[in-house]
Amino acid sequence: MTKIDFLMAGVGGQGTILASNILAEVGLQLGYDVKKAEVHGMAQRGGQVDSHVRWGEHVHSPLVEENSVDYLIGFEMLEAARFPHFMKQGSVAVVNDYRINPPLVNLGKARYPSKEEIESLLLARAGKVLWVDGTGIAKELGNPAMVGVVLLGFLSTLVGGDQEAWLAVIERMVPPKFVDLNKEAFAAGRKAAG
Amino acid sequence: MKKLMTGNEAFAYGAYLSGVRVAAAYPGTPSSEILDNFSRYPGVFAEWSPNEKVSLDVAIGAAYAGTRAMCSMKHVGLNVAADSLFYAVYTGLKSGLVIVCADDPDMHSSQNEQDNRNYAKFAKCPMLEPSDSEEAKRFVGLALEMSEAFDTPVLVRSVTRLSHSSTPVEVTAEGPPPPPPAEPPLYERNAPKFVMVPSNARRRHPVVEERIKALAAHAESMPINYIEPGDDKIGIVSAGVNYHYAKEVFPHATFLKLGMVYPLPEKLIREFAARAETVLVVEELDPFLEEQLRLMGIPARGKDVFPMLGEFSPSLIRRCAVKAGLVAAPETPPEIKTGLERPIRPPMLCPGCGHRALFHVLGEAGVLVTGDIGCYTLGWAPPISAMHTTGCMGASIGVAHGIDKAGVKDDVVAVLGDSTFLHSGVHPLIDVLYNKGVTTTIISDNNATAMTGFQEHPGTGKTVQNQTTAAVDPEKLARGIGFNKVDVCDPFDIDRMAEILQDHLQSGEPSVIISRHPCALNTKEKYTPPVIDPELCINCGLCLDIGCSPLVQEEDYVRIDTLLCNGCGLCVKVCPNEAIIKQ
Repeated sequence: MTKIDFLMAGVGGQGTILASNILAEVGLQLGYDVKKAEVHGMAQRGGQVDSHVRWGEHVHSPLVEENSVDYLIGFEMLEAARFPHFMKQGSVAVVNDYRINPPLVNLGKARYPSKEEIESLLLARAGKVLWVDGTGIAKELGNPAMVGVVLLGFLSTLVGGDQEAWLAVIERMVPPKFVDLNKEAFAAGRKAAG
Repeated sequence: MKKLMTGNEAFAYGAYLSGVRVAAAYPGTPSSEILDNFSRYPGVFAEWSPNEKVSLDVAIGAAYAGTRAMCSMKHVGLNVAADSLFYAVYTGLKSGLVIVCADDPDMHSSQNEQDNRNYAKFAKCPMLEPSDSEEAKRFVGLALEMSEAFDTPVLVRSVTRLSHSSTPVEVTAEGPPPPPPAEPPLYERNAPKFVMVPSNARRRHPVVEERIKALAAHAESMPINYIEPGDDKIGIVSAGVNYHYAKEVFPHATFLKLGMVYPLPEKLIREFAARAETVLVVEELDPFLEEQLRLMGIPARGKDVFPMLGEFSPSLIRRCAVKAGLVAAPETPPEIKTGLERPIRPPMLCPGCGHRALFHVLGEAGVLVTGDIGCYTLGWAPPISAMHTTGCMGASIGVAHGIDKAGVKDDVVAVLGDSTFLHSGVHPLIDVLYNKGVTTTIISDNNATAMTGFQEHPGTGKTVQNQTTAAVDPEKLARGIGFNKVDVCDPFDIDRMAEILQDHLQSGEPSVIISRHPCALNTKEKYTPPVIDPELCINCGLCLDIGCSPLVQEEDYVRIDTLLCNGCGLCVKVCPNEAIIKQ
């Protein structure tokens, strides 16, 4: 059983924590030992949130190590750009093509890096950078908060595992009235992966 | 079957399974969810106390009465509760008492990174340190057994990366069992044991000293302290989550895994040290274990390899170990081209937050603001920059009074939240009145303990178990203490708030302003975002100074991100050219 390390990076309020909870639970269902770490608290107020999820035969540390992440999932472009040093050579970055300005950029006192700059930075380690219009797809479904599950749908095509296992976990972990919408979001994410 | 639980969920689960029926806490990151989770189990009593000292007294009382009890808090909470910890170590208890205390290395959400293992030694109280959620569940039970066997409270240490990490926990498929019917306990009166006047306390102190020796002897055979044989070239001593980090970096080394970090099993440690060529202690923050090993005459390495500051991780441990020549350097991955500016994203007050409106008024008035612990502490940061001191819970009022008594000419106001005020703001408020101060205290009341996750408090009218209860009204409380000048104002009425502020500052008497607006994130109330007319916008930047994330500087005007905007209308009020139009 090979180990798979995931790092999810986003902004407080984007739903990274729920998505990482789902991802961790899927790992457990697929028979892996699983650990997950994140910091919440102050980060909820629009700060950066990164979640570490580790699948393996026997996982010790809940924190991923530098140079060892297999999948970087960026919920926001700049947040993805903070973590190239965590990525393993030849790994995959799945990045939501979406920008949330940090305060200094809003104030006109700092520059938000371009998509090309971010891609080239990530390619220093990543074998490929896959852009997903996750927030756009989620908005089309009627709720931008679905972005996390869209990204999970996309990710599921790369990681593998029975699609039903992913859907069963989603069904169990999201509020009952949002189950159908989340399943649609998951399917839309898979479709976006082609 | 296995279930993923955070460390905090597992502490609560373990407490319930071990028969804890009374638990008390004050919220504090990263410990808050322990009580939140415990409160949902059937047949238990759980409370948010006004502060950590009260919570520990409540738990001690329940344990005196013969009911297993738990108290949980963040590391600095134990500073507040320390007085109670020390007497409880002297008195002992009747039933088990476990105190779960969560440190915050790297200060993700704290004002310091004190290492609370020092409290175990200081108070002469045993301390266990679990390394994952399964151990968190089990160690709470072990702590309660130890508490009863040795007649002492037992500390259980967590850290952010245990409390907020999820790892598998063994659970029963049918869920936790229902609570067994309990007889009301009979209180056994035993004043010499429980009344700590000097004559009794002098008789208890030797008990404390003998007890800690007995615990050290017991530690030798405790299954949670064990040697994992491996390559004896390096012998790693570790506890808690650092044990798992070290296993990633030194997978083949011999390990001494300590489940109890105070008191230590000296014989076991000597046996371990005898077999290892180099003894290396991997511990975050203080050299707590390392110093004790050195006192045993064991030339342990630790802080010569690893830092005293911040949080450890497998990456950090590997970097330090490579530098010290203890492990081989991994293959060097390709250099990452740095130099790309990646602007930081600090936490900010939320759109619609009442604290922002208050700070706008305070900033305009140019007053010196002594601050406190809560979301509103974010008012110190640019562009708001309207808070000038913050130390610990409840410090704002006393510090303002002291600055004033030093003779400073600036107008000084203290700002603290409603939950913080009830935590430790009442006594300094009494002090201002009693000692003829003139400080104006502003309670920024959003009707929640917002920063830690909107927990109820004595002012909200709800208990943690969602029962309706009396709500302490800060206005009546201030008047009851003897304040004559008390006003209540919604901070979004910025003109009136500014008038009240000037009136209070010029009155020359001690006063209280309650700046009341419910937390926008908690109530989830949203209004239609205003619209900026680019023709009228003179690009002066005054709206950007309120530090609200939906306001975006474009080339020659400001735009509102309608997805993020709460529609509170503060920017409408600060625009000098009426370019921002309320909808």
